[in-house]
Amino acid sequence: MQQALLEVHNLTKIFPGIRALDDVHLSVRSGEVHALIGENGAGKSTLVKILTGVYFPTKGSLELDGKEISFKNAIDAQEAGIVAIHQEASMFPELSVTENIYMGHHLRNPKTNKLDWKAMTENTRTLLSQMQLDIDPDTLVKNLSVAKRHMVEITKALSLDAKLVIMDEPTSALTGREVEDLFRIVRDLKEKGKAILFISHKFDEIFEICDYYTVLRDGQYIGEGKVADSDEDAIINMMIGRSIDQMYPEHTTFQGEKILEVKGLSQLGAFKNISFDLHKGEILGFFGLVGAGRTEVVRTIFGIDKASEGTMRIEGKPYNPKTPRDAMRHGIALVPEDRQKQGLVLKMSLTRNISLPILNTLCWRGFITKKKCEQSYVTKHGGQMEIKAAGYHVDAETLSGGNQQKVVLAKWIGTEPKILILDEPTKGIDVATKAAVHEFVCEMASRGVAVILISSELPEVIGMADRVLVMHEGFQTGFVDRKDLTAELVMRYAIKNVQSEDSHA
Amino acid sequence: MPDNSFTSFVRRTLARREATLMVLLVVLLVPISVRSPQFLSIKNVNTILNDMAILVIVAIGEFYVILSNGIDLSVGSVIAFTGMACGMLNESHPEFPVPLLLVVGMGIGALMGLLNGVLVAYGKIPPIITTLGTMSIFRGMTFVLSKGTWVTAHEMSPSYIALPRTTFLGISLLLWIAMLVILSFYYFSRFTRTGREVYAIGGNANAAKFVGVSETKIRVTVFLISGTLCGLAGSLWTARYASAVNEMATGFEMQAVAACVLGGVNFAGGAGGIIGVALGTLFLGVITNALPVVYISVFWQTFVQGLIVLIALALNTISDQRKNRKLLAQRRG
Repeated sequence: MQQALLEVHNLTKIFPGIRALDDVHLSVRSGEVHALIGENGAGKSTLVKILTGVYFPTKGSLELDGKEISFKNAIDAQEAGIVAIHQEASMFPELSVTENIYMGHHLRNPKTNKLDWKAMTENTRTLLSQMQLDIDPDTLVKNLSVAKRHMVEITKALSLDAKLVIMDEPTSALTGREVEDLFRIVRDLKEKGKAILFISHKFDEIFEICDYYTVLRDGQYIGEGKVADSDEDAIINMMIGRSIDQMYPEHTTFQGEKILEVKGLSQLGAFKNISFDLHKGEILGFFGLVGAGRTEVVRTIFGIDKASEGTMRIEGKPYNPKTPRDAMRHGIALVPEDRQKQGLVLKMSLTRNISLPILNTLCWRGFITKKKCEQSYVTKHGGQMEIKAAGYHVDAETLSGGNQQKVVLAKWIGTEPKILILDEPTKGIDVATKAAVHEFVCEMASRGVAVILISSELPEVIGMADRVLVMHEGFQTGFVDRKDLTAELVMRYAIKNVQSEDSHA
Repeated sequence: MPDNSFTSFVRRTLARREATLMVLLVVLLVPISVRSPQFLSIKNVNTILNDMAILVIVAIGEFYVILSNGIDLSVGSVIAFTGMACGMLNESHPEFPVPLLLVVGMGIGALMGLLNGVLVAYGKIPPIITTLGTMSIFRGMTFVLSKGTWVTAHEMSPSYIALPRTTFLGISLLLWIAMLVILSFYYFSRFTRTGREVYAIGGNANAAKFVGVSETKIRVTVFLISGTLCGLAGSLWTARYASAVNEMATGFEMQAVAACVLGGVNFAGGAGGIIGVALGTLFLGVITNALPVVYISVFWQTFVQGLIVLIALALNTISDQRKNRKLLAQRRG
């Protein structure tokens, strides 16, 4: 086997409270396409950020071409020959293709020391034609399709004479035709002797284009191998194959009457044909990998976005929410994914945050007349969640992530929801708080609340949910009942590509 | 856990911007009154307060717009139009009851504020652009209405001119109105649902939406408040200065914003209070009035005001940064 271009040894990255990468290995050779595989939160993004000089590793070494390297910043990494093409292209839409490609490494005329736009445009034209791309170097990037922007990013990598090109979910926004174009270019790069680190959730793509793979799980290196020597089952097992070491609280599984019925719910560009029933007292898990469209579905149920098709019924009556207030009136509560951006008003006190959804019950004609009630309400529900803070008068921004999440939960219990939707409620919080959240969810269910639990952590979904709805790229790919609930089955649905089987999609 | 003891209350109060401003005011007043003992005479204090009364009314309107993470640049123009309208109405119909002139001013101001609010909330035009446009439009409307002429003191009815000067319990009606405005909006902020929702929208519009707070309603409301208060201020302005001129209150938006910033209102929205705004206004008034006392020419007045605003903004930013760093350290540790 030829010598590796990039060698990563014992790489560890610790963030306050979290071990994002733990002793990770990776070796990529020139002229190969190497798949980096793992669930959400497995540590792929952190690894990429270290490789591109955005983060500095806590421990471990990087070797490029046999020489040990360390990057102080992103420009260092670029100059060393590692270029990442990001999920959401980081481009300047108001500038031309040439300007974008040469941003940060402009060519200068050696005599006058002025920017040499003529040379840059010509070089761009050559690079684009080498890639058989029909793009005019003077076009503004904002006028290009998403696919072509990707191509321009790749061209930029070539102009930098990159040795290793990192592609993070490059096909997520592309159509079938465009994916083929991309793969043609990837093969082209491979022939030119470039190494490509390919991050994807789509197994059919990995099997089509990649030569080797490395699997990460929970920030740890699990294994690597030749794609041709493995199959889906083996890789899935590596992705999920862990004992569910965490204890999940037991909750008596009973299914009460049907409360929410969703039929054929669709939203253009986000999700398609989602159908399920939700019963009182059950926990319905929503699982999927990044970009599966789970958040979009619950936002629609909560009246933030509008559905383009489909019907919803609550307790048998048609339900058509136009605003979150409509949803709240029907007894729905949504604990959003990003507690800092969507869950809390950080500059407001805990008291005011917690009482915000129920302010109308404390008011008489718009005047807050029941301040005493407010205080006791806040103390009661805050106490229930065991929020640790200097008092309820402190601003929400002073709390730790876990305690902030408790405030968000406290805020919603008091509304006495009939349907409680939790979007990634344990993301980025400590183990103790995690357990408290799990307990809280089970308690709500045993009180007869219907719970929808979105989670990207497979063990959490398996441990908590009665039934699991699995999505992939906006499609509902599976529905698993408690009795059939295994990690393998759920993961199999989560990577199932409906689009390629569905000719009309 | 709830820590409502008296000592913690005192500590919390002292840590606030309002307390800092009080201390600063005293520190400022000592040397000034040593230099010129008349500065703190009842007469002079009364003059300062009366000078500031109109500003505080406008600043409170501006406060709500800034609190919602916006800005209202049109306040001066709304004052000019309503002031001109009230002056002309008084000139042509001297029999029109004077107290109703204030109501007319507020009504017209409310309509102008409503226009701002609708453009921002439904037209999705950023507040700074919207009010930059309406600032010129309203000023232009003033010229069109007056055809470029003034309303002078002898064209106005004596009772209108006397209105702000009428005293009750030794305090001018103008001051009574200002205090009434301060108190009602203090109450509005603390004890009404809408008042609290303004903080929520300004602090995090996204999170507020998730609990069913209507962003459009709040955005319209803050501009409505600002417009109405400017209308009130306009009708009082004409009476107090006994004339209505087309250029009145030009640049007043800067003073209103300055009062808010001095009062510790967060420019990014979501934090601040009425008492702070009132103290900020007072601070601005004391500085302006003290300049001649300490032999600084009045020509420096706007210069000094600008300087103070910059210093206040810098202080706000620094204390925010320090707070954030402390938070980060706490979480790590």
